[in-house]
Amino acid sequence: MMRLLGFRLLQAVMVAVLIGALTFLLMSLLPGDAAYRIAAGRYGYDMVNSAAAEAVRAELGLDQPVLWRFTAWIGDLLSLDLGNSLVTGRPVLDMVAHELGSSVRLAVGAVLLSFLIGPPIGIFAGLRPGGMLDRGLLLLSTVTRAIPHFVLGVILVLIFSVWLMVLPSAGHGSFTHTILPTLTLALGLAAVSSRVARDATVAVASSAYFAFGRLKGLSGTRVFMRHGLRNIGVPVVTYLGVQLVYLIEGVVVVETLFAWPGIGHGLVHAIVQRDVPMVQGTALAMGLMFVLLNTAVDLLNHLIDPRRRTA
Amino acid sequence: MHSRNRPRLSLLAGALATWLTLTAGPVAADDRVFDVVAPFEIGGLDPAISGFIFQRMQITETLLEADAKGQPLPALAERWSLSDDGKQWTLAIRQGVKFHDGSDLTAAVAAHALEAARKKPGMLRDAPITAISATGNEVVITLSKPFKPLAALLAHSSTNILASAAYDADDNVKQIIATGPYHLTLLEPPQRLAAERFEGYWGTKPSIEKTTYLGAGRGETRSLMAESGGAELVFQLDPPSIARLQRNPSVQVLMGPVPRVLVLAANAGNGATAPVEVRQALSLAINREGITAAVLRAPGTGATQMFAGSVPAWHDASLAPLKYDPQAARDLLTGQGWKPGADGILEKDGQRLQLKLLTYSDRPELPLIATALQAQLREVGVDVEVAVTNASAIPAAHNDGTLQLALYGRNYALVPDPLLTLMADFGNGGAEWGPLGWNNPQFDQTLSKLLASDDPAEQQQLRNKLMTLVQNDLPLIPIAWYRQSIAVSKQIEGAAIDPFERTFGLSNMRWRP
Repeated sequence: MMRLLGFRLLQAVMVAVLIGALTFLLMSLLPGDAAYRIAAGRYGYDMVNSAAAEAVRAELGLDQPVLWRFTAWIGDLLSLDLGNSLVTGRPVLDMVAHELGSSVRLAVGAVLLSFLIGPPIGIFAGLRPGGMLDRGLLLLSTVTRAIPHFVLGVILVLIFSVWLMVLPSAGHGSFTHTILPTLTLALGLAAVSSRVARDATVAVASSAYFAFGRLKGLSGTRVFMRHGLRNIGVPVVTYLGVQLVYLIEGVVVVETLFAWPGIGHGLVHAIVQRDVPMVQGTALAMGLMFVLLNTAVDLLNHLIDPRRRTA
Repeated sequence: MHSRNRPRLSLLAGALATWLTLTAGPVAADDRVFDVVAPFEIGGLDPAISGFIFQRMQITETLLEADAKGQPLPALAERWSLSDDGKQWTLAIRQGVKFHDGSDLTAAVAAHALEAARKKPGMLRDAPITAISATGNEVVITLSKPFKPLAALLAHSSTNILASAAYDADDNVKQIIATGPYHLTLLEPPQRLAAERFEGYWGTKPSIEKTTYLGAGRGETRSLMAESGGAELVFQLDPPSIARLQRNPSVQVLMGPVPRVLVLAANAGNGATAPVEVRQALSLAINREGITAAVLRAPGTGATQMFAGSVPAWHDASLAPLKYDPQAARDLLTGQGWKPGADGILEKDGQRLQLKLLTYSDRPELPLIATALQAQLREVGVDVEVAVTNASAIPAAHNDGTLQLALYGRNYALVPDPLLTLMADFGNGGAEWGPLGWNNPQFDQTLSKLLASDDPAEQQQLRNKLMTLVQNDLPLIPIAWYRQSIAVSKQIEGAAIDPFERTFGLSNMRWRP
């Protein structure tokens, strides 16, 4: 366990340095004059001109060598200072913290909701393989997963906001605003986790230990609770680690559609506006979040599966 | 036996409860909040950056206002006068005006706000101002030469008047303390703010008490918010959604002309588009009615000259309109020595007539129109390569002279008088958002005469002359006149479109009883 945490910590440090270096390098390799891009981000397309761009260049010292600016960034990072946004001038740390908070709420909500929807349906389907529920679920989960987030989000908005008029279609600030974006992400996750749970249930239900449990006189419910759930839990949780990529990619799209002030939205804007400290800050936060969530998945598996504790 | 499940269930319930607590913010129970949704994000506090949002939400105000024709009106300055040589402006500050923090507006505070604005990129920096000072109750602005459009500048959002306490020692804005009928109660950049009616407002207090602003970049998001009643006012609708919203019984769609013009800039100094005949040919090859009907869904807004009739000062009804005539375009190009090659693309001296067109996607219709132009110009043998980039690529390419074609929507009412923007864009051979390599001494002479003229009839004649020169030389090829569109909830009355895009008009609206 300690070894696992130590490894993850090392991984986090390496992710931080690599992300910082890569974003810096890639952003300075992008074509186009950064001063113009930043000026466009600050003053809008009606007001950007060379005077504004030159003012930005002078203010930010963009004519300094790339290597020098990168070393300065690493130095600042060591003192936990991510610098100021080139566009808004506000501290990156504050902006990322605000955005990350919104994104984490969305992502955590989506994962929890997907656990409420996906695995229970999957288990019921897996207990009667080939049944109506099983075949229906195959179709439903395939369709749900195949629809891009953007379209799924619009469909949900059309149903709940435009047609039923029970939920707000976009914005943030109240609990009702979180429901549709969370549901959009959760449905995609649940589509996969229900399939994983269904297959695991089929495998567990046809296993020798499951049959033995019945043979020694345990009731159907009891054998399922004791020997079934835990074994089904392992692949479902493990697969969640794989799904995190889907989640992070989904966050970017869903945040834009629902005008949600999250980190995905922030990253896209920072790239367009050539706001290097913001790109580094948001990419760093996303990379570290990825390491953190994977660690959580490992720990959860550790808890569910006692066999690993001795390994 | 079910007792074994309890810990698990309670764990799940606990997790769900945590999530609910995490996500539950202040619930907007009061439905009498006027929600505004527009595409603009709040980039920062400085008036030069996002001042237009605070101004449109009527949180901040300027010294002068503008009427529907762009003529100056008193606002925070009650009166203004000009010295005989035209180099000194004196503005009397309105008495009894309170800032949102309770402090008084004085001439010294106003002068400080203008000085701070002058330090940053913006409109004020381009004016020939030598000094701004406060004498008693008056702000005195001294110029190095007469500059009539200063009144329009003092109505621009970058010259919003903020209290001295709003600035830090380096004159950076640290909070918004202004004088408008609404005061800020919540600011969450880049997307959200909330404001409430300011009870100490000097003018007529608005009827609507609470309001919020949300920046939502996607047109689909905004349309769906209008459709679902999620917003009372949705600004800038995407053309395909307009027809659907018009059928919605709870929403009214308002459309009105704005002095924003969709133009195609062609390099007039270098390359294939340098001869005026080639630019005229490009103009003749463009089917403006097709583009406005199919892409902008606004038939009848194809530009026959630079400005529409809604900008009467700059519209000359006697000017011969720009036409669509592909055969005439081909003839003009043939006259310039361009002959069709094997694939139909024109060639001259072994060079193909190939042009790169820059545009950007901040305005979603631009890439669509760019590809429509690509197809139309191909009909007359011009090969256009479309590059959708960042808006700043156009001024950058203008500056290093590599620009061939650029498509953009230019707002000529950045300040209420189009003259200022025209002067900056077209004067002295053109600037970034204007012509490139275009030299017409007559234009500059006429412009100087216009700036010095006091006679309205002569001014009109000079303006007509300027527009005739542009129409003949086509350094910019006008394509369409924009119409602004907003969707307003039918629970609201008194909504209108401001042609100068200076306000959402909150203070003129009321909840329908």
